[in-house]
Amino acid sequence: MIDFDLWQEILDTVRRNKLRTALTGFSVAWGIFMLVVLLGSGTGLQQGVEYQFRDDATNSIFVRAGRTSLPHQGMRPGRDVQFDTRDYDTVRDRVPGVEHSSGRAFIRGSTIVRYRDESGNFSVRAVHPGHQFIEKTLVRQGRFLNELDQREFRKSAVIGTLVAEALFGKSPAIGREIEINGVFFQVVGVFDDDGSEQERELVYVPVSTAQRAFGGRDRLAQILFTTGDATLEESQEMELSVKELLANRHLFDPADPRALFVTNNVENFQRFASLMAGIRAFIWVVGIGTLVAGVVGVSNIMMIAVKERTREIGIRKAVGATPFSVVRLVLEETVLITAIAGYAGLVLGVFTLEGLARALPEADFFRSPQVDLGVALSATLLLVVAGALAGFFPARRAAAIRPIEALRDE
Amino acid sequence: MIRLRGIHKSYWMGANRLHVLRGIDLAIAPGEFISIMGASGSGKSTLMNVLGLLDNYDEGEYRFDGELLKDLSETRAARVRGERIGFVFQSFHLIPFKTALENVALPLYYRKVPRRQRLRLAAEYLDKVGLSDRATHLPRELSGGQQQRVAIARALISQPRILLADEPTGALDSQTSREVMAVLQGVQDEGVAVVIVTHEHDIAEMTDRVVHLVDGEIESDRRQERRAAFDVPVPGTQLPPPREATALP
Repeated sequence: MIDFDLWQEILDTVRRNKLRTALTGFSVAWGIFMLVVLLGSGTGLQQGVEYQFRDDATNSIFVRAGRTSLPHQGMRPGRDVQFDTRDYDTVRDRVPGVEHSSGRAFIRGSTIVRYRDESGNFSVRAVHPGHQFIEKTLVRQGRFLNELDQREFRKSAVIGTLVAEALFGKSPAIGREIEINGVFFQVVGVFDDDGSEQERELVYVPVSTAQRAFGGRDRLAQILFTTGDATLEESQEMELSVKELLANRHLFDPADPRALFVTNNVENFQRFASLMAGIRAFIWVVGIGTLVAGVVGVSNIMMIAVKERTREIGIRKAVGATPFSVVRLVLEETVLITAIAGYAGLVLGVFTLEGLARALPEADFFRSPQVDLGVALSATLLLVVAGALAGFFPARRAAAIRPIEALRDE
Repeated sequence: MIRLRGIHKSYWMGANRLHVLRGIDLAIAPGEFISIMGASGSGKSTLMNVLGLLDNYDEGEYRFDGELLKDLSETRAARVRGERIGFVFQSFHLIPFKTALENVALPLYYRKVPRRQRLRLAAEYLDKVGLSDRATHLPRELSGGQQQRVAIARALISQPRILLADEPTGALDSQTSREVMAVLQGVQDEGVAVVIVTHEHDIAEMTDRVVHLVDGEIESDRRQERRAAFDVPVPGTQLPPPREATALP
């Protein structure tokens, strides 16, 4: 379709109009470049935010006990609230919409975890089996704690990868007996976690066993649960219901802001998600604005280009050029310029993003910026088509007028 | 070869109808050298445009080798122009960013002649008009007469049956005019019909037949003994090398 002669013709015009070609090319390349960089930065921001939420389930609610700050039913403020297993049962059974749930208890003081000669100081978390889903614990070997462990007070332990490394090195951990503050537990699983290093230095044991073995009675430090696919409003309802139930049990004012500390990740995530949506929409608006500016620029230049070539087109027609060949000449020039410039802008944009990703430290709010290549290519295509259309209409008009009219403007 | 019968053509200037051609009957035989004369506004340029299929006509018949050419599509008109008609314009109309050689070769591009062959033929035709030493020059580096000779070579390269020249000498001094007319006479000697529009009598004297237009009608149509264009030494088909070349040491 593109023969050598046509290339020759196009190169002739390009060479003759270096400035015009450069301007057209620049407006296209700039449009694509900006779009790529903007979209890439948007992705970077989004991934930064998602990274912050990687650790825990985004639909989880954490409840910690505090100290009352309001008088209630004749009692003075300043009473400590202490959760126990029945609080956990209440939340699990009576708050509508609870999906996975767990209590959390910690062993007081420092905990020495030992295997033969190896030992270390690791935190031990006593949890229910549902904890795995709330904390997004990734079981690498063996299994997580289950209902049987919980019901039968089994001395099972699931250890973090760093714990396993410290105690067992490369040798297998499953089935070994480890000693936690003098009590022997059997390792049933090794887990990993996307969170910080501390998360991988943990040991999980069943709540029931821990309460019995370490003299914790039936106390719990925290109650946590996931909300399934509850909406933000539903999660807030659940939060409220938790407060009322626990206030009832522990005799404090449900409106007391310091008796319970509730972290609603649904709310947090939702806030970030809507922020992200806003940023993304903004980026698209700016990006599309840039594209439109590019399209207008290309259209303008092509229209002027065709206008100033009216005479030349008349000459070509007088020596036998068909209207089709005239349109084709203009179109292929436009497509060639916009395609090359668009591609250049695309490559430049991608390189800039790469450079940005390398130059900037991996921060929590901005990481691995990248652009959807499909989107970038479609944008380039859009500009090429827009340029072609912008050239097509004046070219068709110029090709349709009788050569004598085209030759007349002197 | 060409037969015009009762050609009418009007232009609309706003609400006013301008009746430019009022029933033209004209026959052109192969190898004829015709000049069309007339005051400005007499319709001579319009007649030329109709002949060259650069413009359409309202009424009448235009037959080329018996074939009726009327209300042609642009594509069809372009094809007929490319195959049978060559044009020479008063202001040359060369493409400014192409060399003389490329300008001459252009019509063959639209007839899908391979590039190498095209350029070889173009060199041949440039030589015919005595400009082989100017092949790589751009139009702006050529004198008016040289540009017009390039334009003639371009018109001839597709071997048209008829060459139409609208005031080919209008932008040239009388010396250069004679050079150009000599070239056109040589063309006509090769059997190509040549029709020129002019308002200069001494130019018309160099043709075989003079058609006078008055107000869109043919007032007179007479044959004459043409005068050779070269009462001064000029370059041309069968003549010594061009003046510019001989002036060089």
